[in-house]
Amino acid sequence: MTGTLRPTGALDATALLDGYRTMRTIREFEERVHEEFAKGDIPGFVHLYAGEEASATGVCTHLDDRDSIASTHRGHGHCIAKGVDVTEMMAEIYGRRTGACKGKGGSMHIADLSKGMLGANGIVGGGPPLICGTALAAKQQGTGGVGVAFFGDGASNQGSTLEAMNLASVWNLPAVFVAENNGYAEATAATWSVAADNIADRAAGFGMPGVIVDGFDFFAVHEAAGEAVQRARDGGGPTLIEVKLTRYYGHFEGDQQTYRGDEVARARAELDCLKTFRSRVTAAGQLTDEQLDAVDREVAELIDHAVAAALEAPKPTGDDLETDVYISY
Amino acid sequence: MARTISYREALNEALVQEMERDQSVIVMGEDNAGGAGAPGADDAWGGVLGVTKGLYDRFPGRVLDTPITESAFVGAAIGAATRGMRPVAELMFIDFLGVCLDQIYNQAAKFRYMFGGKAVTPVVIRTMYGAGLRAAAQHSQSLYPIFTHIPGLKVVLPSSPYEAKGLLTTAIRDNDPVIFCEHKALYDTTGEVPEEPYTIPFGEADIVREGDDLTIVAFGRMVSVAAEAADELARSGVRCEVIDPRTTSPLDEETILESVENTGRLVIVDEATPRCNLATDVSALVARQAFGSLLAPIEMVTPPHTPVPFSDVLEDLYIPDAQRVVNAVKNVMSWER
Repeated sequence: MTGTLRPTGALDATALLDGYRTMRTIREFEERVHEEFAKGDIPGFVHLYAGEEASATGVCTHLDDRDSIASTHRGHGHCIAKGVDVTEMMAEIYGRRTGACKGKGGSMHIADLSKGMLGANGIVGGGPPLICGTALAAKQQGTGGVGVAFFGDGASNQGSTLEAMNLASVWNLPAVFVAENNGYAEATAATWSVAADNIADRAAGFGMPGVIVDGFDFFAVHEAAGEAVQRARDGGGPTLIEVKLTRYYGHFEGDQQTYRGDEVARARAELDCLKTFRSRVTAAGQLTDEQLDAVDREVAELIDHAVAAALEAPKPTGDDLETDVYISY
Repeated sequence: MARTISYREALNEALVQEMERDQSVIVMGEDNAGGAGAPGADDAWGGVLGVTKGLYDRFPGRVLDTPITESAFVGAAIGAATRGMRPVAELMFIDFLGVCLDQIYNQAAKFRYMFGGKAVTPVVIRTMYGAGLRAAAQHSQSLYPIFTHIPGLKVVLPSSPYEAKGLLTTAIRDNDPVIFCEHKALYDTTGEVPEEPYTIPFGEADIVREGDDLTIVAFGRMVSVAAEAADELARSGVRCEVIDPRTTSPLDEETILESVENTGRLVIVDEATPRCNLATDVSALVARQAFGSLLAPIEMVTPPHTPVPFSDVLEDLYIPDAQRVVNAVKNVMSWER
């Protein structure tokens, strides 16, 4: 972690409110899914992103629809930050026909290609090669778009991720690799599994800059990502950003977390990205508690609505089972 | 106008014509340029067996050399396909697909279904399969049944130069992910191929020989083996109908079933090893849906269930040949109910 907080920079009030709203939406979404999952209404595996909001938000605020991201199995935060509809996301997690993927993808595969969101990905290390392709397409088409691969400390050890970084550098692609190091690949500590002091150190081996940022500090992520995205857009090639953060819940919902101590309680109390953001922008006189409270209320209503809509939505039927395997099935 | 060219030239011509027709078609693979540092077209390999030769200089910026990094560049082709490109990736030997299988069977094959029908992934993965070049166990396999098994992929097995050009053109224009399997022992075979672009639809079998005594279904390179056997059998008065399904996914079940309903006898020739291959698949299809038509048990002509051997003596024994097909046909014809 960096010892000193980055300045809040030149973001205007609208940008600050947008950033806060996105982080707040991710947090509220995840806390609510955590509660609802415990009730037993949500099927399958759910991997929550709570605690990591500053990463997805700090990166994706620099992106628009010509840019693509590839995500991880812990993908809800990336989806929200890239603009995927929250109501459709919730319906998808409940396996409903109105879901972002018509109930065929679930939590681990939420995608919206119209937003450049290539999907949460159930395969650790599945996303980085795909991003080489979207970055290549942007380069070939001259759109100025970039491809951003989010992956975890676990995927940082996968050959596909390392191959993708090498290829992105060889082809000088407009790509950004964002390693979200939350300290654990499932139940295995990154301090044991990553054979380097920092994942970012590996960037040197691929001829690209490697940057370490404090994932609790929205402004630090925002600044590092801004530089990397601009560098990519300007033809300067890929960057690896290692975001050090903590996930607030287990690997999956129901995980007893026997492998870790009390770092989550400390992170929630002392480091939390939302609390830090709020105290800094209010202290700097950029936003007021009233403005931020209003966002909190607005987001809570949005998530209430999403859950209610998901519970009311129809499930897929047998007619949906064999559709969409091929273009014209 | 048709003229005689090789299977390799037919594939090259399909690539050239589709790249000229559609700017979104790009080609990537290992050794396209004999290493990206190769000084010019004359030095460029055009892939390990020369199928893409000449493209690197002809289409600047659209023929991408890659490091030996199958997961990354096959994944990149798939990613580019989701964003408006039509990439054709060359994955040298089909044996190497294991290195990047995740990108093919977990990513490309599933995007459309898993994302609720909202994804389009028009990627072609060209690769070569098959025994016969003394290339031993890791460079000779016929692994197309593995890809046929995966919903969401289309699998193509061109059996001649004419088929190669028409099917590759169709593959490039198709909006689903296609595994295009070229037999390495066919590259130098020749045949009549039209100069102009043409397509051959997927899922429509070709009836290579007509006959009403017995049906032979053969895949890829085995089509010419079956045709040779059929010609020999015709001389002894046995009229075999030889069917080339062209694509294993989709599979033209209708043509196979109609033929067996007419002949009542079936031999399947498949270069893939015999457990869970196309021969077992077609056997099951016919046993389930045309059982009443069968006058004799179905026979399969395949290699043994072993890796591909290196020694020329052993490899020649391994690969199904026309004599084995003739013997199988005679066995089936001799069966009396």
